[in-house]
Amino acid sequence: MTARPVPAVVRWRARAARQGVAVLIAALALAVLALFDLITGPSGMTPGALWHAALAGPEGADRAAATIFWQIRLPQLCMGLIVGASLGLAGLLMQTILANPLASPFTLGFSAAAGFGAALAIMGGALVPLPLPGWLLTPFLAFTATLTATALVWLVARARGTAPETLVLAGIAVMFFFQSAQSLMQFMASPEVLAQIVFWLFGSLLKANWVAVSVSGTILLVCLPLLARDLWALTSLRLGEAHAAALGLDVAALRRRAFLITALLTAGAVSFTGTIGFVGLIAPHVARALVGEDHRLGLPAAAIAGALILIAASVTGKMLSQGAAIPVGIVTAVAGVPMLLAVILSRKGV
Amino acid sequence: MDDLLDITLPALHRGRTRVLASCQLRFAAGEVVALIGPNGAGKSTLLQAIAGLAPEPVQLTRGGRAVARAEIGFLPQAFAVRAALSVLDCVLLGRREALGLRVPPHLIAEAEAMLNRLGLSDLADRAMHDLSGGQQQRALIAQRLFRRPTLLLLDEPTSALDLHHQLETMALLRAHAAATRAPVLAALHDLSLVARYADRVLVLADGRIEADGPPEAVLTPDRLALHWRIAPEVLRARDGKSVIVPHLMATNMQG
Repeated sequence: MTARPVPAVVRWRARAARQGVAVLIAALALAVLALFDLITGPSGMTPGALWHAALAGPEGADRAAATIFWQIRLPQLCMGLIVGASLGLAGLLMQTILANPLASPFTLGFSAAAGFGAALAIMGGALVPLPLPGWLLTPFLAFTATLTATALVWLVARARGTAPETLVLAGIAVMFFFQSAQSLMQFMASPEVLAQIVFWLFGSLLKANWVAVSVSGTILLVCLPLLARDLWALTSLRLGEAHAAALGLDVAALRRRAFLITALLTAGAVSFTGTIGFVGLIAPHVARALVGEDHRLGLPAAAIAGALILIAASVTGKMLSQGAAIPVGIVTAVAGVPMLLAVILSRKGV
Repeated sequence: MDDLLDITLPALHRGRTRVLASCQLRFAAGEVVALIGPNGAGKSTLLQAIAGLAPEPVQLTRGGRAVARAEIGFLPQAFAVRAALSVLDCVLLGRREALGLRVPPHLIAEAEAMLNRLGLSDLADRAMHDLSGGQQQRALIAQRLFRRPTLLLLDEPTSALDLHHQLETMALLRAHAAATRAPVLAALHDLSLVARYADRVLVLADGRIEADGPPEAVLTPDRLALHWRIAPEVLRARDGKSVIVPHLMATNMQG
């Protein structure tokens, strides 16, 4: 006797449940890793001491413990979560609107622009007449430079359309422009200033503080509802531009919206931490492996995957080095290469 | 839904080249219209323009009401889908606007029924990029039918299908048009399919609609020789429908 086929509704619900469980497990793994990140660090504080510092609050009696927990570890953790999530989301958006699984938030030159802005601040901060404290000037100029790069690519898109090839070519031009300007500044810089610029370019959570967390976190929270309205439109774009347009989707408008959100998320992330590579490239692939192409779960999965990768890199950087932690940007760059090769070798379709 | 559908087209251009003169088209409810013409005549351009995907604005009205672009179902000629979306996902995207955070069960059931009609139920959970060209084409036809358009436009919908599925798909399109009263305009190269399944034929040639009428009136040896440069035999099948057997003209073979 042949078995009756399972109705599509039942299979659909079962698949959604499996995907939901996968995202939940990833979120739990992130929570565990976040706790581990909190208790790991060069100070050698015990988890018990950290727990007491957490309970005592920022004004706790043990000033050293309070400072380490509330002014260093917790903001670094929060920054890692926000930056990882932002880069994961931005990466998935880039790969969807450019129809390219090897696209990342930095494909359109945002990283090079941020590096230029930071170098400008570090080299000539005193010459820039802005009423900002020194520690805020670098992220401010990095953010401004990223938005400048955004505007340049936008102008090209306005003139020549939002086809993926156009955006990528414009991004490459912008990237080379800012990279060459950044190289020129490095060439002109004194050894001390050059060291500061290079360290910024490594990408690190060490610069995190509550102002940075607030700014980046606000940008992420503002972008989330903007993304929510385009979940099915982004999924439709996976069919290809011709089919998405044939289904009534304004593909050019969708690309513009996603592009602007990507620029904001990336600017908010790199301005305070520097360039952290591979997170935005790998996180979307992890998300697709967990939940497939549906962006309803794909976007939260990419955010969680991005945060997981970054916090894992933070823990690794702290554990590998006695004393000062290895900047996360270096860890993700080293670990990202084999992960990227794995993605390339396992590619099926696009 | 039994009103006539009127389409007013301005002159269509590709770059500086005028492809099609301005014209007006009218479709009856449930009518299946074949759009034929030699390569480069502008069939795809015409379909894209009607679908609202060309720079030139096109006016569509039905019963005095403007037809929105979202009401048109259009299947373009290039159809390869390289995403890992399942076939069922793909069909559901045909009604993207009705999907929410939680997909209504009745839509899933309707999509499944549509896949059954096209004989694709066994492929419902397969990824689109795992399908053959013909299977993808049928899945995308299912998606467009699922959309329940006011006007269905298809650019060579049988190009990748085997003989059985060509006949099955054309029969399904006729049944769909009759059931929903939505006209179907399909660009086709197979003139025998046109003769068998179309209520009406539009011939696009020399930058204009050169002929408009029932298949037996339009698919004449003289017209086919003029525009396709073939020497056709027009035969009669046992059901009375025409069968076009093309032959190269003697002058073609000398070239």
